[in-house]
Amino acid sequence: MCLKNPVMTASGTYGFGEEYADLVDLSRLGGIVVKGTTLEPRQGNPYPRMVETPSGMINAVGLQNKGVDYLVEHIYPRIKDLDTALVVNVSGRTVEDYATVCERLRPLDKIAAVEINISCPNVKQGGMSWGTTTAGCESVVSACRRAWDRTMIVKLTPNVTDITEIARAAEAAGADSVSLVNTFLGMAIDVERRRPYLSTITGGLSGAAIRPIAVRMVWQVAQAVKVPVIGLGGIMNGRDAVEFLLAGATAVQIGTANFIDPQVTVKAIDFISNYMERHGIERISDIRMV
Amino acid sequence: MPTMKQIIDFEVTECAQMGPNYALLRLRPTRGDMPGIEPGQFVQVEVPNSKTTYLRRPISVNYADRHELWLLVRRAGDGTNALCNLNEGARLNIMLPLGHGFSTDVRGRALLVGGGVGVAPLRMLGRRLLAQGVEVEFLLGARTSADVLQLDLFRQTAETHVATEDGSWGHKGLVTEHPILQEPWDHIACCGPMPMMRAVAAIARERGIDCEVSLENVMACGLGACLCCVEDTADKGNVCVCQEGPVFNIKRLKW
Repeated sequence: MCLKNPVMTASGTYGFGEEYADLVDLSRLGGIVVKGTTLEPRQGNPYPRMVETPSGMINAVGLQNKGVDYLVEHIYPRIKDLDTALVVNVSGRTVEDYATVCERLRPLDKIAAVEINISCPNVKQGGMSWGTTTAGCESVVSACRRAWDRTMIVKLTPNVTDITEIARAAEAAGADSVSLVNTFLGMAIDVERRRPYLSTITGGLSGAAIRPIAVRMVWQVAQAVKVPVIGLGGIMNGRDAVEFLLAGATAVQIGTANFIDPQVTVKAIDFISNYMERHGIERISDIRMV
Repeated sequence: MPTMKQIIDFEVTECAQMGPNYALLRLRPTRGDMPGIEPGQFVQVEVPNSKTTYLRRPISVNYADRHELWLLVRRAGDGTNALCNLNEGARLNIMLPLGHGFSTDVRGRALLVGGGVGVAPLRMLGRRLLAQGVEVEFLLGARTSADVLQLDLFRQTAETHVATEDGSWGHKGLVTEHPILQEPWDHIACCGPMPMMRAVAAIARERGIDCEVSLENVMACGLGACLCCVEDTADKGNVCVCQEGPVFNIKRLKW
């Protein structure tokens, strides 16, 4: 997969791109990673699903989506001609689920890549449980590798003891790239009502609050694997995007910040061009720490 | 075609305090005209001067014309407090117009029921329905007389009934206990606290009156992308309140 610039949108924060079309020229984006897709339709978790926290938010959406067949039949025809790299985030309960979704996406030639989501913290079965052990990671990634012949990104969870181990397992199983980090498991309690805010009690923390941890993990993983690393986690602007590139990422994804400024991606793209000019840097890959 | 969503900078022309708990923000775009806004649609406001506020705040539109936008804000937490404390001349970045408002395909007699700050979108709706020849009356509920907002404006628009829980203004008790609700209505539009909307919906359902309510589920993006603000509907399961709502016919709701 080749991106026109290193700024993509993060899955679950950008719908299918269409939701932002009034506000953003989508053809300017490096890529759009669409909402997590599963084999069967999913209703997701009960409301309430979101709570705002200091410089962030915790969500427990739970992979609400209409299933891969709906995507293939109804959504793909609407978005296939967007002039940006389309990536479908794939999730599942079982190894077979993941592989079947990949197989059903395979005939769609405008899908540039799949992003295998072994990191969703908000589903009871599958999701993150595949991404917290090297064996789980290996089994999902190698099954998807057999089912998908184009670029395969593996999205990693930060909720592990050593993320470099999981990244190496993904690489060994055939990942072309790893993206990190998904959300951190978090919890917030309404002290007056003496109850958790979320219907699921815990959820995934995202937003600026997690950025320094995400930068550290991207820096560690970039040294541990040879495949390109996509960095994400709390990027709020172009400066933050450059921080991830300096930590060793080849590209970045912007997620939660789209909720606050839907035009943040385009502003970040402009910032990066300007930054490269100011620093006399010609290629994205030359954005490195000195 | 729905109006294109836009992100516009506004200037605060007035921030009028309405007692200790509410403020009316009058805003004008720093350049260009306002996009068209339907009664019941909302906006997402970026909150300046609040260290603890991260996301935008969804606020119902109280009044809008080509040059002006009014937001009636209750001090509910840090974010809305910061909005209520803005000074004249302050800048606000606002995304609008969002969501689907109240149905205007209404005939006969319509009762517009508001509770607390939930009265905000009802006068716009009332004016629209009156212009279409609908017979409109307002029923405003509040805890005390201090929480009855914009009463003069409502009275200038149509006949207005008031219920306060402490009896300091109008009928003593809840809006659902007000005798006006017992009259034959063809349509009820309701916006207010959840227990009030549920009670009004129950009455409407029992008496077979067409009824719409405006929900305020906790929201992040406001664009139908994050799927945080969902309401479980009878016809389509979980749908985004920000996109399919905030106004729903009670026939679609499971409560």
